[in-house]
Amino acid sequence: MENKKLSILLKGIIKENPVLVLVLGTCPTLAVTTNMISAFSMGISAMIVLVCSNMAISALRKVIPDKVRIPCFIVIIAAFVTLVQMLLQAYLPNIYDMLGVYLALIVVNCIILGRAEMFASKNGVIDSALDGVGMGLGFTAALMAMALIREVIGNGSIAGIAIPGLENFKISLLMMSPGGFLTFGILMAIMAKVTGKEKKLDCGSCPAASMCGKTGEECKGGAADV
Amino acid sequence: MFKQMVIILMTSVLVNNYVLNKFLGICPFLGVSKKLKQAAGMSVAVIFVQVMATAATWPIYTFLLVPNNLKYLETIVFILVIAALVQFVEMALKKFIPSLYKSLGVYLPLITTNCAVLGVCLNNISDGYGFAESLVSALGCGLGFMLAMVLFAGVRGRMESSDVPKAFRGLPITLIAASIVSLSFYGFRGIIDNLFK
Repeated sequence: MENKKLSILLKGIIKENPVLVLVLGTCPTLAVTTNMISAFSMGISAMIVLVCSNMAISALRKVIPDKVRIPCFIVIIAAFVTLVQMLLQAYLPNIYDMLGVYLALIVVNCIILGRAEMFASKNGVIDSALDGVGMGLGFTAALMAMALIREVIGNGSIAGIAIPGLENFKISLLMMSPGGFLTFGILMAIMAKVTGKEKKLDCGSCPAASMCGKTGEECKGGAADV
Repeated sequence: MFKQMVIILMTSVLVNNYVLNKFLGICPFLGVSKKLKQAAGMSVAVIFVQVMATAATWPIYTFLLVPNNLKYLETIVFILVIAALVQFVEMALKKFIPSLYKSLGVYLPLITTNCAVLGVCLNNISDGYGFAESLVSALGCGLGFMLAMVLFAGVRGRMESSDVPKAFRGLPITLIAASIVSLSFYGFRGIIDNLFK
């Protein structure tokens, strides 16, 4: 029993890492990883929303009618996102400004809707909370790894603190948007090399998989043919 | 007035491209850009929904949320409006224009969770745009999405026939190609200042 709980918690961090393995939530991964502080705060905000919404959805899973479950999930998630927004605006206004529109966009972050659909709507409250914590930690870890590479090489600093000796060797491309794609691509290639698996998008990473209902060959709009 | 509209349009298409510069709508950009026809179909659906969503959310925010001091509800209200709108557009197309539904229908459910749509609605509010400006900006960002998708579909077509190192096959090389396409858009920096100001 203990082992099962532990494995739910741990699988999100490495085996089913939402960013590097499931390829969910690419937008914030690319957008907020120009420095460690914003990456960390984005990861933690998403984790809080994920844990809360997972628990709420899991608790309500028998009440929510199957046909309207996606709109219901979105409302629950949006409510928690608004809560986090208000808390950050009140207590950490600097971080609120730094994350900007991406904070509100946690609503459409595929990780949260994906976990609601794949896990929370089928499992108990405690398991769902653990899944949320694990996935949240995995998301935060992946964001921090991206941010570490981009900030050290692109800006010569860690979490805003300049590293002595690097000020003349900044490759500022990494701080710009092309650098986001580049770093993410190289990280994925490293993952593919290490795990020996070719990285492809499948329906599991498609935000609309649950609404679409088409798999494999039928899947026209989705990612099955990538 | 007209000049300002053109500036907003050009800025959101070329300079602040939503996909390549603001990283909004990356999922469909990576997922549906394999074939030119699909990329174009998805983009048309996005342009359509984006303009409709802006036309719906801007009045709701200005005339309903602001006077009642409910600004903090914008995230919830906007996502609900977008979800309802997408559903409604899908039903309306199915009933009245079946031929258009056949070509766009498959892309519509994907759009609810497209962050570019919610992003443009929220950005229009935070940039303080008026109604007409918001519509132009939504149109521009939709066109920018289309430009990026169509260009990238061409790039991916070329990639099919090239010999990619094993670890880079699939998604990694796609991301690196996206990085180069994004870099090329940096060439448009300054175009607005030099053309219009």
